[in-house]
Amino acid sequence: MSNAMRTPAGAISVERYQGAVAEGRLRRLWNANAPGYLFLLPWLVGFFGLTLGPALISLYLSFTDFDMLQSPRWVGMANYVRIATADPKFSAAMDVTLTYVVFSVPFKLTFALLVAMALNRGLRGLTVYRAIFYLPSLLGGSVAIAVLWRQLFASDGLVNAALSQFGIEGPSWISHPNYSIYTLVALSVWQFGSPMIIFLAGLRQIPQDMYEAASLDGASKFRQFYKITLPLLTPVIFFNAVVQTIEAFKAFTPAFIISGGTGGPINSTLFYTLYLYQEAFGNFRMGYASALAWILVVIIAIFTAFSFLTSRYWVHYDD
Amino acid sequence: MTETTASVTAARPPSDITKRSLPASLVVHALLIAASLLMLYPLLWMVSASVRPENEIFSSTSLIPSSIDLSSYVRGWTGLDVSFGRFFWNSLVISVLVVTGNVIACSLTAYAFARLRFAGRNFWFAIMLGTLMIPYHVTLIPQYVLFLDLGWVNTILPLVVPKFLASDAFFIFLMVQFFRGIPRELDEAAMMDGCSAWRIYWKIMLPLSLPVLATAAIFSFIWTWDDFFGPLIYLNDMNTYTIQLGLRTFVDSTSASDWGGLFAMSTLTLVPVFFFFLFFQRLLIEGIATTGMKR
Repeated sequence: MSNAMRTPAGAISVERYQGAVAEGRLRRLWNANAPGYLFLLPWLVGFFGLTLGPALISLYLSFTDFDMLQSPRWVGMANYVRIATADPKFSAAMDVTLTYVVFSVPFKLTFALLVAMALNRGLRGLTVYRAIFYLPSLLGGSVAIAVLWRQLFASDGLVNAALSQFGIEGPSWISHPNYSIYTLVALSVWQFGSPMIIFLAGLRQIPQDMYEAASLDGASKFRQFYKITLPLLTPVIFFNAVVQTIEAFKAFTPAFIISGGTGGPINSTLFYTLYLYQEAFGNFRMGYASALAWILVVIIAIFTAFSFLTSRYWVHYDD
Repeated sequence: MTETTASVTAARPPSDITKRSLPASLVVHALLIAASLLMLYPLLWMVSASVRPENEIFSSTSLIPSSIDLSSYVRGWTGLDVSFGRFFWNSLVISVLVVTGNVIACSLTAYAFARLRFAGRNFWFAIMLGTLMIPYHVTLIPQYVLFLDLGWVNTILPLVVPKFLASDAFFIFLMVQFFRGIPRELDEAAMMDGCSAWRIYWKIMLPLSLPVLATAAIFSFIWTWDDFFGPLIYLNDMNTYTIQLGLRTFVDSTSASDWGGLFAMSTLTLVPVFFFFLFFQRLLIEGIATTGMKR
């Protein structure tokens, strides 16, 4: 046996050996993960640069005075304290927004469900009806519709013209602080098309033979609705309610157009987002507006968490 | 809510129709027709107001004008210092760019989430879903400061560039749902043949996903076309205005008494949306039914 035969095969030092292993591991890590992260790259840049970064900065700004001209001045909790205790406009905006949510969401969902059930009877012309009811939802966000609404509810508008046919003299809806918010509620309810389509999709999931069995047992239509349709639809109702409520909290354009950007008369259409806009881009109180934005997030988060926590008592997910 | 696509447009078994009496059906139809008319009446009234002689707009609630008069369109088109043609062009440019950005960036992201395996995928996916819930008001002010520093305010860049970074998480979610429905055997076979992830995305995924890409494109277009808040903040020179801003300026300007012109221009801004609705309503309705959408 020669000496060469007694040396370990491919004699390399321990360090080099470990280095090679590490390099191999790195290469494997790279090969396994690089494609995914490369595809994700635009989104990652956007997430850090346009979402996470700005969100953290606005959290910081909410504890400052910032008017875009001078650099932010730290004021601690002052913005939040003022919002909570000494800002009548905030209270007004909260009032208006909650009124809007409380009135528009239930009516919208009720209409959506009623129409979806009427359409779910295998009628002829279903697609035509469905399209007609959906159209307002599709057009709804635009300035044109808000302009139209402003005219409909004006003192000499279409609604009052229709009422006068019955000898009723209607008020000037949009310029009366007691009624103005309800014209916006009506606009929201008019756009019940999206939840209606989601309800229709949900209704189609309910097996027809359940109703047939209930019919044979002599259950009335109302009882069938109460005992079959409603429980089986609860996941869809829950989904629609959460989405529509969050959307209602964020409503902006119609109130802006109908009140000419003021939220008037007497703050009666001062949606929360409209107030935030006025503070940020009207008065350049960017720190204060950031605090308002974070309070909106907290309100939406609390509402969402509350919905999910209470959902286990009334939402039935069949597994 | 994910398996509904197929059944949304499928006809139901007519098991219960046969048993229902004719009068009941007639009552439902009558109610639905009445409701349809009520829903459409404001829209139809606006269109008819735009083609009436000016003196007739408020004197009648009927939908049929006594004579067709297109002068409102002519007056409205040039009612501001900048013509509505310019506003339409600006809106079109922004909308087309946003559609392009959304389709490219969101499909790349969705493909990674739906098909590629990498460390931390579930974590990032959860984060992405989380961004769906956050109101944009939280990022609004720092973003504005950032775009101001970049010198982008009063250009279309703040409205367009974020879309190329997949900022519309909703469309990512929509596409992930769709991509997951494409049989895995297809890309696995391609993988065996030594196809790169990029080739699979480009040659297999995208061609098979045309319906969802079209849905995302159409919704992107409509939402951008109707967007008011973004342009309101970032565009302040009338030459850069979108139609939504143009219309709002028209409302506030001295020509506010020109109701005919206002309704004429309002009608025009709705035309592209209505066109998409007419030709693609099935795609739109399926898109909503599969994901459960807000608007």
